[in-house]
Amino acid sequence: MHTPRKPKLAVWKFASCDGCQLSLLDCEDELLAVANTVSIAYFPEATRAVVDGPYDISLVEGSISTGEDAERIQMIRDESNLLITIGACATSGGIQGLRNFANVDQYISTVYAHPEYIHTLRNVSPISQHVFVDYEVRGCPINKYHLVEVLAAHLAGRRPNIPSYSVCVECKRRGTSCVMVAHGTPCMGPVTQAGCGAICPAYNRGCYGCYGPSEEPNTQALSAWWTKLGVEDADIARSYRSYNALSGVFRREGSRYAKKAAAGATNEERPQ
Amino acid sequence: MSPQDSKRYRNVKVDYLARVEGEGALYLRIDKDKVEEVELRIFEPPRFFEAFLQGRRWTEAPDITARICGICPIAYQSSAISAMESIAGVTVTEPIRALRRLMYCGEWIESHILHMAMLHAPDFLGYEDAIQMAQHHPDVVKNALRLKKLGNDIMTFLGGREIHPINMRVGGFYSVPEKRDLEHFIPELEWGLEATRELAHLLAGFDYPDFERDYEYVAMRHPEEYPMWQGRIVSNRGLDIDWPEFFDHIEERHMPQSTALHSVIKERGAYMVGPIARYNLNHDKLSSDARALAKEAGLGASCANPFQSILVRGIETFYAIEEALRLITNYEKPDHAYIEAEPKAGTGYGCSEAPRGICFHRYSIDDDGIITGARIAPPTAQNQATMEEDLVDLVPLFANNTDEELTWKCEQAVRNYDPCISCSVHFLKLHVDRC
Repeated sequence: MHTPRKPKLAVWKFASCDGCQLSLLDCEDELLAVANTVSIAYFPEATRAVVDGPYDISLVEGSISTGEDAERIQMIRDESNLLITIGACATSGGIQGLRNFANVDQYISTVYAHPEYIHTLRNVSPISQHVFVDYEVRGCPINKYHLVEVLAAHLAGRRPNIPSYSVCVECKRRGTSCVMVAHGTPCMGPVTQAGCGAICPAYNRGCYGCYGPSEEPNTQALSAWWTKLGVEDADIARSYRSYNALSGVFRREGSRYAKKAAAGATNEERPQ
Repeated sequence: MSPQDSKRYRNVKVDYLARVEGEGALYLRIDKDKVEEVELRIFEPPRFFEAFLQGRRWTEAPDITARICGICPIAYQSSAISAMESIAGVTVTEPIRALRRLMYCGEWIESHILHMAMLHAPDFLGYEDAIQMAQHHPDVVKNALRLKKLGNDIMTFLGGREIHPINMRVGGFYSVPEKRDLEHFIPELEWGLEATRELAHLLAGFDYPDFERDYEYVAMRHPEEYPMWQGRIVSNRGLDIDWPEFFDHIEERHMPQSTALHSVIKERGAYMVGPIARYNLNHDKLSSDARALAKEAGLGASCANPFQSILVRGIETFYAIEEALRLITNYEKPDHAYIEAEPKAGTGYGCSEAPRGICFHRYSIDDDGIITGARIAPPTAQNQATMEEDLVDLVPLFANNTDEELTWKCEQAVRNYDPCISCSVHFLKLHVDRC
């Protein structure tokens, strides 16, 4: 009888915290089933065995921040039939993307005694800026069940069922009362993609946007609301400039408020 | 390199170290049975946390620094929170203290089991990975996954999710649980105690290389308990300091021939942090059952064989489960989830025992609570000099082995430390002349 060949899975890492690929090992109940369905051909965090490419599915974690990594991602694309980015670093640059708003040379000398040993690109960029990406799984960190869903959908030849609506929908579904309306807590839920299960509001805090922008978010309306709640311009800027600081809408709104905050500071300093 | 050279030298080269967290490589140049050169190369790109923390709000530090490491976010959150609370002059209430310790137990259980069963045990049993191992030892792997899930479930329940939890904050928690909800963990924790006991017995039967070194161990020490996020920093060679003195004694060297900022004790050099260091300095603070299990597993009151770190992790996991049970049994829900804390200009220090060893933070903030300076010493950077020294002493013992066996043994020796290279704040790229 003909047994179909198991698809070959590879897991690649760029600048990141390792948390998103750990999500695969955190699928304690599904891990052995996944290992029965796909052949884990390259996953250095979990195995020293290496199977050469090409690979049916590549999971890519992390963002591009060095010249070598910019070349390596091209090689990985060439070797992969399907390339899926996992997590905020890979899909939007991640927290290390904050360097794009600063002077990287200053950053290097802040952290390292010998700046001359450091080789890094001026800007951090998401994977999609370098190669074609077949599917993006968002979040800092990703929801491990999204990862299982994306793999299962691919194996079944269907579209993954992952939400693109906002965190607000998840709060309603979970029965969490709105922290912004009920307690006046600034929350990024209205502009942030669902997927985490709306955990922050369920634990009495505002969403901090770790899944990045939802579909068609109205960031300007949200910022205006935050201002009414008494949030300073600089804090609005900080909120957009966090784990997904380089994603389109968050980037624009963050920069708009960073400028407003800078202008405000100058006005304050001006003699009356 | 000349042809004679290539005959004379043996090279051990691992381009990408597996079963560690993050990106690292290993290179050794060996002359007969003497190591001429050893380099644990880290090619994890720098991410500049200490730079972009400047200008952020003091209350953001726990969430931001968690992103240094997806494997031990609680350690980063705890150290950052301790530092900020020391600036604000906040002392948390007993139930908050207990809940933080319970979170920490969850992280130890998850991280230790991941390392013992899935990353390190395959070395001792001769498998490439845990999935291969599962074919011949299905119950070991299944029980390990269940234990790992228990650790993750505690973090998820208390923290909202296991990776980068969202519930810990300066002053306490955003939300605290009801006692009855915590009590749901009791049956699984009781199962976990027995499962960990079995695991420790299995690990005790492994064949450990006869390898001991004379280390300086550095860990926290607390007057009443096995250390997690409170206590002084001590060593077996007389170091006994409070957190603010850390950088008076520890120096981070940025060396051209090194891939990371090597931490050394200024007066004496390399030191070891992590499970063995904690165990050796705090054996008397373990519970009597944990000490008894250690004895059954063949461990004395101290251990100088780094390959047995896997065994010590087993004992610590057992202790963390016992401790979780104790904390849940004694828990009383506090009236307030957190204490309101106001910023004021100052410098604060935080330290906690990440699964891999002490994770040290220092922050300065201004009167508005804006961070003006940050410095972080992650455990793996502190262990790096010791890892390299281990390899120098280890190679002569295996000089007669084939290249492949020797390479695997060297990899295993690095994995003894459960290195977490993603804690990349201090790591940088380096060019090496390869032979």
